[in-house]
Amino acid sequence: MFELIFFSLLNGIVTGLLLFMLASGLTLIFSMMGVLNFAHASFYMLGAYFAYTISEYVGFWPGLIIAPVLVGVLGALIERYGLRYVHRWGHVAELIFTFGLAFLIEEVVSFIWGKETKAYQEPEILQFALFTFFGQDFPAYKAFMIFISIAICIALLLVLTRTRIGLIIQAAISHPNMTAMLGHNVPFVFMGVFGVGCALAGLAGVIAGPALTTFPGMAVVLGSIVFVIVVVGGLGSLGGAFVASLIIGLMQTFAISLDYSVSDILSVLNITPDSEGALRDLWTLSLPQVAPILPYLLLVLILIFRPTGLFGKRES
Amino acid sequence: MSEITNTQTDEISVPFVKRFGPWIFLAIGLIVLPYIFSSNIAVYTMNLMGIFIIFALAYNMLLGQGGMLSFGHAVYFGLGGFMSVHFMNYVEAEVVVLPMFILPIFGGIIGLIFAFIIGSFSTRRAGTVFAMISLGVGELIAACSLIFVAFFGGEEGVTGDRTMGPEILGIDFAQDIEVYYLIAGWAFITIGLMYLFSRTPMGRMANAVRDNDERAEFIGYSQVRVRLVSFCASGFFAGIAGGLFAINFEIVTEENLNALTSGVVLLMTYIGGVGFFVGPIVGAVIFTLLQTLLSNYTEIWQLYVGLLFVLTVMYVPQGLTGLIAMHIPAYKMKRMSGLFVPYLRIGVPSAIMVAGMAGFLETVHHVRSAAVGETMMSLIGIEFDTHTVVPWIIVCGMSISGGFFAKSQVSQLREAWDTANAPQTSNEGASS
Repeated sequence: MFELIFFSLLNGIVTGLLLFMLASGLTLIFSMMGVLNFAHASFYMLGAYFAYTISEYVGFWPGLIIAPVLVGVLGALIERYGLRYVHRWGHVAELIFTFGLAFLIEEVVSFIWGKETKAYQEPEILQFALFTFFGQDFPAYKAFMIFISIAICIALLLVLTRTRIGLIIQAAISHPNMTAMLGHNVPFVFMGVFGVGCALAGLAGVIAGPALTTFPGMAVVLGSIVFVIVVVGGLGSLGGAFVASLIIGLMQTFAISLDYSVSDILSVLNITPDSEGALRDLWTLSLPQVAPILPYLLLVLILIFRPTGLFGKRES
Repeated sequence: MSEITNTQTDEISVPFVKRFGPWIFLAIGLIVLPYIFSSNIAVYTMNLMGIFIIFALAYNMLLGQGGMLSFGHAVYFGLGGFMSVHFMNYVEAEVVVLPMFILPIFGGIIGLIFAFIIGSFSTRRAGTVFAMISLGVGELIAACSLIFVAFFGGEEGVTGDRTMGPEILGIDFAQDIEVYYLIAGWAFITIGLMYLFSRTPMGRMANAVRDNDERAEFIGYSQVRVRLVSFCASGFFAGIAGGLFAINFEIVTEENLNALTSGVVLLMTYIGGVGFFVGPIVGAVIFTLLQTLLSNYTEIWQLYVGLLFVLTVMYVPQGLTGLIAMHIPAYKMKRMSGLFVPYLRIGVPSAIMVAGMAGFLETVHHVRSAAVGETMMSLIGIEFDTHTVVPWIIVCGMSISGGFFAKSQVSQLREAWDTANAPQTSNEGASS
């Protein structure tokens, strides 16, 4: 039991930190532009694919740097020539634009790289078990993922709170007009933050690609979960996004590893349900089965009872 | 989206033909269509079209008329489908005796019930929060559908048999053409009802709440209640569309209520145009044609649809019907002839550019996906070798020269547009 909890905890933290790398960019972009970027997870997918192609030629490590930069530049260009143009049609059009972009990127990816899964693998130097605990291996690559994610989190925190750039970004978020009056190029700041947010998503893709397989559906798999995190944590709140990422990451891994079902509870209570009726599936429902719906359940509950999210201050 | 759905004229003075003309035209068109397009594939396409027209119109009750962007509207469509297919099986097992053509109403009712339950909390806010709840609920129910196998049938879905109902007037729905008339009948009724809904005070209030919810509250209307009523009505009609889907395909699966279907309905509604009542109809027709015809010719049709969608959102947010409606002032002033030549001058190079780009994409796709050693491909009947330089030069040349000439014609088009719309100063800059 202890080893189960231990490994679920570690895996949950890996997933949670990975999700945070996506959610942090998304929530920053949201606080600036008020737009939830549906295509954010698509940039994550692009990161994985770029890194895969780069790793074919020059190996994993250059891809770790080049792929996020490419994704960031692409994101900045899309902000400059796409999103800023659509802005004139209003919020709903922006939301629909990012939605269409997500659809388009998925099609472009399957056009360029094909629909099948790519053999994008972790570098050989990280293909060993870091430690063995109760007979179970913990791969070094996961430790590497944790390390990169934490490093990025700290760097992001330091840049936002300790540097001049971070100050300008914070000012541009809360008082864009005043910041522009003071002579800062606010649209440029927006473009930069959008680009950096996309680059973070791309980096998440680079390191997640080998662990979670690289295929054209990978954006869809993670996309709506990242939304859940941003909304549950509170729109525009980085701290909230961090907490929500860990909650969702842990919730998913624990739900999969703990095999309890409704019938267990019922047998404790000495109730035998009928196995014929229309609700028969309800009695055999087990925790791993409901694992995929838990985040959405959380989302709906949060939106009903606390629309601002856990740490958020504003609704939309 | 500030364009109001219908500019209301004085109803009483409108002559009979103008008032009922479109409806009579629609009815005759629906009856005559299968005689013009009588092949199996055409009937199949028209059946699908009818279903999607109802679904897209129902969706536009939210997006266009109510200002609510939903990312999970397939839930009501799918649930309606599942309910209908279950009723179909009850009829077959003789648990209940019902004529088949009435089944979609049960789909509508379950759509209504679920729309009421979900809408009671999701319509409290519009905008991003509503969109997020709809997304969450959509994912939730799509995931649930794989868990509750008894009702949703798991991954295989639920199948039925539409021919098992009691025969009425010798119609047992064994033929697709009988289903076509069923769908056409339902489409006519629901289009009429949805149009009437948009003309009721309730429909008008939905527009008001969309444009400015605060002011609507000041007049004394509860914005939440107005949104809820729109949402329920939309869920009802989406459920009917789902029920027709069940009858047409005799199978309903998880795919009918997941995010993909929700995305498709948003896509076609938006391409058609959300600002006008007929917009979703146009969108559904075009999307179905793209889906069934384009997919015969190319494997990458979804890429084209995606491009079309993104370009529509960027440059023609009023949709295709909006684009047509932009020409109404010029048409009324009888100045359309002045636009004809400029359109031709920009249209021809643009068409060449699009053809070149499509050719380029097709060739790239062929090179990447064809079997090893297979280098010959045919495009619009022309056979060529993809591993030689000439085809590449042709497609690239077409794209670049077409793009260049199209761009050089933009200024003359703008000039012509401005002259055609000269007194309408408010319409300036609306050219795309």
